[in-house]
Amino acid sequence: MASDHGDSVFANVVRAPEDPILGVTVAYNKDPSPKKLNLGVGAYRTEEGKPLVLNVVRRAEQMLVNDTSRVKEYLPIVGLAEFNKLSAKLIFGVDSPAIQENRVTTVQCLSGTGSLRVGAEFLARHYHEHTIYIPQPTWGNHPKVFTIAGLSVKTYRYYSPETRGLDFQGLLDDLNAAPSGAIVLLHACAHNPTGVDPTPEQWEQIRQLMRSKGLLPFFDSAYQGFASGSLDEDAQSVRMFVSDGGECLVAQSYAKNMGMYGERVGALSIVCKSADVAVRVESQLKLVIRSMYSNPPIHGASIVAAILKDSHMYHEWTVELKAMADRIISMRQKLFDALQARGTPGDWSHIIKQIGMFTFTGLNAQQVAFMTKEYHIYMTSDGRISMAGLSSQTVSLLADAIHAAVSAVV
Amino acid sequence: MASGMLSLTCPSSSSLSLPHQFKGGAAGKPKLLNQASFFGKRFVNAKSFTRTTMAVALNVSRFESITMAPPDPILGVSEAFRADTNEMKLNLGVGAYRTEDLQPYVLNVVKKAEKLMLERGENKEYLPIEGLASFNKVTAELLLGADNPLILQQRVATVQGLSGTGSLRLAAALIERYFPGAKVLISSPSWGNHKNIFNDARVPWSEYRYYDPSTVGLDFDGMIADIKAAPEGSFVLLHGCAHNPTGIDPTPEQWEIIADVIQEKNHIPFFDVAYQGFASGSLDVDASSVRLFAARGLELLVAQSYSKNLGLYAERIGAINIVCSSADAATRVKSQIKRLARPMYSNPPVHGARIVANVVGDPELFNEWKEEMEVMAGRIKSVRQKLYDSLRAKDKSGKDWSFILRQIGMFSFTGLNKAQSDNMTNKWHVYMTKDGRISLAGLSSAKCEYLADAIFDSYHNVS
Repeated sequence: MASDHGDSVFANVVRAPEDPILGVTVAYNKDPSPKKLNLGVGAYRTEEGKPLVLNVVRRAEQMLVNDTSRVKEYLPIVGLAEFNKLSAKLIFGVDSPAIQENRVTTVQCLSGTGSLRVGAEFLARHYHEHTIYIPQPTWGNHPKVFTIAGLSVKTYRYYSPETRGLDFQGLLDDLNAAPSGAIVLLHACAHNPTGVDPTPEQWEQIRQLMRSKGLLPFFDSAYQGFASGSLDEDAQSVRMFVSDGGECLVAQSYAKNMGMYGERVGALSIVCKSADVAVRVESQLKLVIRSMYSNPPIHGASIVAAILKDSHMYHEWTVELKAMADRIISMRQKLFDALQARGTPGDWSHIIKQIGMFTFTGLNAQQVAFMTKEYHIYMTSDGRISMAGLSSQTVSLLADAIHAAVSAVV
Repeated sequence: MASGMLSLTCPSSSSLSLPHQFKGGAAGKPKLLNQASFFGKRFVNAKSFTRTTMAVALNVSRFESITMAPPDPILGVSEAFRADTNEMKLNLGVGAYRTEDLQPYVLNVVKKAEKLMLERGENKEYLPIEGLASFNKVTAELLLGADNPLILQQRVATVQGLSGTGSLRLAAALIERYFPGAKVLISSPSWGNHKNIFNDARVPWSEYRYYDPSTVGLDFDGMIADIKAAPEGSFVLLHGCAHNPTGIDPTPEQWEIIADVIQEKNHIPFFDVAYQGFASGSLDVDASSVRLFAARGLELLVAQSYSKNLGLYAERIGAINIVCSSADAATRVKSQIKRLARPMYSNPPVHGARIVANVVGDPELFNEWKEEMEVMAGRIKSVRQKLYDSLRAKDKSGKDWSFILRQIGMFSFTGLNKAQSDNMTNKWHVYMTKDGRISLAGLSSAKCEYLADAIFDSYHNVS
């Protein structure tokens, strides 16, 4: 029985370790060293190392807050209707036949994580196959989301450490061996953590294989616009699958490409064979959401909707997005050049070949630990660094640290 | 359509054979979960379904067998209301506060806070998994009292959650993981979504008697008996104040007895606090049930929502608080709640949390809030009175409508049955939930007369 000094009913609850990704920031914040670098979580930083709120986001937010006619009434369970329509157009294309044929249901969710979780819960309840194949490696939170939703997680080969590129044959072999109907998680672009993406030709082969085996695609699109700088280009993998008329799920996040991180803005779309199925699927998605948080938060979604629907703001957004993507690409080049200049042993060309926010350095856990201890550089232990956290000022610190780690620690 | 892309290479037969469970579609749960039959009709035992061969079917959706889910019994009411074109229509469904002009209301303090936030030009970085620290601090203080020794002793684990629902769901997930088999006792009746939350979190529940239709009051003996009869170590879900849907709250003396029984049986009190400030108009008075239990040294769970009292409905801001017997336990429990939040949504939304932190954390804004709260609660008390007066004037049958005045908070449990509630909607265009609950927050003075007519007609002329 619980009392001031008695036993706790929580006596058997052990202390959980910090989340491996978000915990990096926790550790970084604790570090008193004046010269430290946080390359952990994928949050964009300016050249000055500051978080960024896009100008167009500030403007949209100002408009909304100053609009005295706006209220804070509950959104529908599926979220802001306008936001949902615009999100679907963004990922599937404005002229998407699937949208025109009403075969797509889109529900507002809490960023990428929330969209993945709602989709996974839905599949666990309503889909006959409960195994999901995820690439090896993948974002650390993926297996947790799917497992807790009730799916069984298996992996398919993806990254080849030897080539620091895609193990394409391994991928094909593993998907080919998957049971018919199994769910397959695909990173739409800018694979996290490796930055290694299939080419369009490889995507086409993946699509053919998956359709022939009836494998169900579940796309995670967290970096649309961030990979190449072009929103349409970064959506090609998804659109390829949709245009063959087949079904798929897509989780979208606006955390990075609109800088909406803490506002938790995202959407889950399910592309179905028919409008009738889409309506029924949506009704079941509502049951998943209602018992989890009833309805989604309005603030971030209204900002995103305001930007997407206004052609000037949309254009402004694409310009700011490209600037972010370009800065990251230039950081890649700077880091590569810095390592070349130092004569750091090894082939570092993967830094400029990889796509998106992250570089999978190839550093091992010991080398990472060394860099944290000696140089106060924080990253996840798999050697993933967020290029978004680098600046021209800090590149040399990082290059020094990598050079030292590779030379001193094997 | 590119159905021709599919080739029939699968070794199983090419004919479509859907297992019978999918026809008319009750969905199966995956085999690896150990679901028990108390979940009822929504799930079938996963072991009895087989894999289909439908993967190679042409042009058939994998989701073909999914049935249309019914509209939510509470949120669905607003949908139906919106579709109604009749000019006399009245929405007394969902508990969202309306002004006398029946307009939604954004509190002045909220507008001020948002302007401040804009001026400061704050960033939108990820919050920690447990949410905004300044919010967590003020929310625990608001609930327990800023000088509560429990807070000073760091025995309260507070995690920002997605309003009341999200906070309840985190607690449910904690119960499922760390108290396997433990039951949650839910009042009969309770908020409709409670059962959904525990079902989907796979936490078993049972009901304790609460509402007595014959007295339109609390079945206190039944409540005590059922709590006593439950297996030791059950979680007892209690409404901190302004019980939803009945509006019937235990008296302070009754709360003491409830606490005695809970202590005796080593049950764990689990409060749902969605109306702090709305019941009596006083934030402190409305928290007294929670504080009573906490003062006894009991470990307890408390879900909070700022949807109603700060009008932040759509911002989804609330918290789950776990009062533990030691700071060490609080640390451990908080770390495990984080582990449950991470695969649900990673970290919570920042906007609503900042608004609350700004309002509650600033003495001037806080006082202003208290005044606005009193106005809102006051308006509801006055429409209660007016509705009662209208019914008394109309109804000479001897039927006692005084329960309307005794009930507390946003809702009134009218005692109307489903047929009578349907009559309210179909004949009078008054939208309410089928359990007979009306939201007085959606009632204006001007409409009291009309509502009284509708209730009088439904009660006396429909059975």
